Amino acid sequence: MTSEHLDLARQLVAALEMGDEAKADELLDRVAGAREAQLFQEVGRLTRQLHDTLASFTLDARIADMTAYDIPDAKERLNHVITMTEQAADQTLTAVETALPIAQALTEQSTQLSAQWSRFLDREMPLDEFKTMTAEIAGHFQYATQGLDKIQGGLNDILMAQGFQDITGQIIRRVIDLVHELETSMVDLIRISGRKFKPSDAMATQPELPGPVVPGIDDKAGDVARSQDDVDDLLSSLGF
Amino acid sequence: MKILIVDDFSTMRRIVKNLLKDLGFTNTVEADDGKTALPILEKGGIDFLVTDWNMPGMTGIDLLKAVRANPNLAHLPVLMVTAEAKREQIIMAAQAGVNGYVIKPFTAATLKEKIEKIFERIDG
Repeated sequence: MTSEHLDLARQLVAALEMGDEAKADELLDRVAGAREAQLFQEVGRLTRQLHDTLASFTLDARIADMTAYDIPDAKERLNHVITMTEQAADQTLTAVETALPIAQALTEQSTQLSAQWSRFLDREMPLDEFKTMTAEIAGHFQYATQGLDKIQGGLNDILMAQGFQDITGQIIRRVIDLVHELETSMVDLIRISGRKFKPSDAMATQPELPGPVVPGIDDKAGDVARSQDDVDDLLSSLGF
Repeated sequence: MKILIVDDFSTMRRIVKNLLKDLGFTNTVEADDGKTALPILEKGGIDFLVTDWNMPGMTGIDLLKAVRANPNLAHLPVLMVTAEAKREQIIMAAQAGVNGYVIKPFTAATLKEKIEKIFERIDG
């Protein structure tokens, strides 16, 4: 650049000494042009920097928004999922607890009546007992009609309770989207801040009680029982 | 035969209670963590303990240790029904003196098998 400038200056002096004004003007333009190009380059660099900074500002704002609204919102949503699954389980359990004793009673009545019926068919039943049996059969029919009606109602309740799966699935999917967006934003932020993103080898701190094993995530290290058989094998290897 | 069921989730207590009823054990009591379970056990009359591991207040493993440390309860059969499935945890429970270990989610058949096995060992 300097030698180019020096060369241009020498040519300019020569042109002026020779009185060649047109040449001198053209040379002056070239000197100024070189300065301008440099200036444009610098302005371009600053503009880019400004753009990146502004982009990181909007990113910061999005992360702030997520922290202030979306994440508490997601917590509420997930709490709602717990409530809904609990309600569905309760509704189902109530229906089962209502139906089971009815089914049990019907089984007992049928077993008893069928034994009596066999005795009747074998002509081993006195008339008095037959009269009692007919009354019992009538009672059984009445109980069965009412009981089966309740069981049917309970089965319908169980059917309807499964609706939670659709709703909670949709809610959880929204939270997954948020987690994904948060992940992307954080990766971008780390990239813009200019640091190389290097995950540490040590995994995120493990909770004291790891809880349910999620297949494909928690069972990679091979230090968990994948089934009851695994548990039984481990315990028997310990002499259980 | 009186059985104490300890779990912080009421639905899980109901499931276990119904399965036990189906197996013929109708006399059950419930507690939602170790802290509430221990006074019930200390009062006496409980013949069998079914407990979860992860509970607020007092965990199942601490409850198990407390039971084994109490001379009046030391021989109480304890079945752990838990989602905790790390090998080191299962070993820890075994060392603490658990009589059976069932991981969630479990089947009625598994629960039945483990309970029967525990009683067999006690009777035999």
